[in-house]
Amino acid sequence: MPEKPLPEIDADSAPFWRGTMERRLMLPFCTGCGRPHFPPRALCPHCHGDGLEWKRASGEGTIYTYTIARRGAGPAFEDEAPYVVALIDLAEGVRMMSNVITDDFEKIAIGAPVRVVFERAADKVTLPKFELAGEG
Amino acid sequence: MAPRDPVIVGIADAALVDGKVEGGASALQIQARVAKAALDEAGLGIGDVDGLLVTGAWGLPRPGHTPALQMAEYLGLRPRFSDTTNAGGSSFEMHVAHAALAIQAGYCEVALILYGSTQRSERSRSLGGRPTLFSLQYEVPWGLPTPLGSYAMAAHRHTHEYGTTSEQLAEIAVAARDWARLNPAAMMREPLEVKDVLASPMIADPLHRLDCCLVTDGGGAIVMTSADRARDLRTAPVRVIGYGESLSHVTIGAMEDLGWLHMAAEAGGRAFAMAGVKPEDVDVAEIYDSFTITVLMSLEALGFCGRGEGGAFVSEGRIAPGGALALNTNGGGLSYAHPGMYGIFLVIEAVRQLRGEAGERQVADAKLALAHGTGGTLSSAATCILARE
Repeated sequence: MPEKPLPEIDADSAPFWRGTMERRLMLPFCTGCGRPHFPPRALCPHCHGDGLEWKRASGEGTIYTYTIARRGAGPAFEDEAPYVVALIDLAEGVRMMSNVITDDFEKIAIGAPVRVVFERAADKVTLPKFELAGEG
Repeated sequence: MAPRDPVIVGIADAALVDGKVEGGASALQIQARVAKAALDEAGLGIGDVDGLLVTGAWGLPRPGHTPALQMAEYLGLRPRFSDTTNAGGSSFEMHVAHAALAIQAGYCEVALILYGSTQRSERSRSLGGRPTLFSLQYEVPWGLPTPLGSYAMAAHRHTHEYGTTSEQLAEIAVAARDWARLNPAAMMREPLEVKDVLASPMIADPLHRLDCCLVTDGGGAIVMTSADRARDLRTAPVRVIGYGESLSHVTIGAMEDLGWLHMAAEAGGRAFAMAGVKPEDVDVAEIYDSFTITVLMSLEALGFCGRGEGGAFVSEGRIAPGGALALNTNGGGLSYAHPGMYGIFLVIEAVRQLRGEAGERQVADAKLALAHGTGGTLSSAATCILARE
């Protein structure tokens, strides 16, 4: 089975992935308008200011929407299907894609509260995933 | 018509057998043959072309990275205008708009829009295997089947907000099949019922296999020129009277509201305003159907029904042959063909209907047609409004 794809870390994303290695979910906040954004960019997408400061997020959020992949996305994910891929609205006000780990798909619903967990994927990469709040 | 008004004077699409081009033709051969056919019917030759608009997914990373250069060389052309806009499947509605602007400005006179794909023959379509560069590093590691998974997420959101059902989505696939049964060129012509769609395997909840478009080869060409030049040509010109486009993101996580197609509303609104017509004036609508949900949400955003009313709108045969709205009259991407990027075929079918050349599926006295493309993962939209002279 081919290896799972890992993020190609770049100058924008390095602080984010460094954070997950330390089991911290980090977000860029604009020093101008104060709002966070994700994915990280050189300019704030809200006010286009170029001052950014990284802060730790709570790791809590809700499911905005989701799908259950009944077939994996290519050979690397074949053995894992079915699995949940969701868009998570974080408490800080940004949206992030991830997996919601659960044994019970019936409990997955739009609006369900989730919290971050960290999963080591390789020597230099830890992926943030989510579980339903109240489980685990 | 003013002398420089843009018109479509030639169309052609490649014949398919079981969704494949015959004889193992390459993407370049397919495009050359449809180009010649589309120019031929107008009484033009390849040598008359001075504007070349082309995009696709062939020949990557090179020479498909510069598709106009490859096709100019292959066709022996030296165009003075080219456009390789790539915003996914809606690109060709954008190409029609850009060619219209260039013709109106006198920047070129005969524009050729091209597309070709051998994805079915090559078995090159897959749900994964994407790189993890830039924005994709926040999407690919989670195993999102693409583009399907993104559309499934929108479908879930729409269901959550408006109570849209799988049965309503299935109605769209069934109507497309009923139209395809009238089109000898369509790949899928067996009868289909709502229960068949619901019984097909779930691929990415809530979308079933039969909510998804086909995977075929294909090729298409469109020839545009000015009304003035068209007077000497063989075909009845079809006017391009309105167009609009809008684009926003590459990954679905960046789309703010997955229950509403902002881009379609903007593109469609601009096109209707330019043409000075309304949705209820449209005789034939060709609306991108990568998935059933794409059609349902596009109908809402384009104003054929209100927000959240798409499910009820597509029910009870309204979009099937004989229904109130003639929609995707060739069978669409769901039942006719879907070679990766489908947008050029929306325009080709709209032109056939306006010319009265659609055979058994002809919509009586069709005067006004809409072609609306969606690209990427609900990433872009482009609308063209076409009229018989």
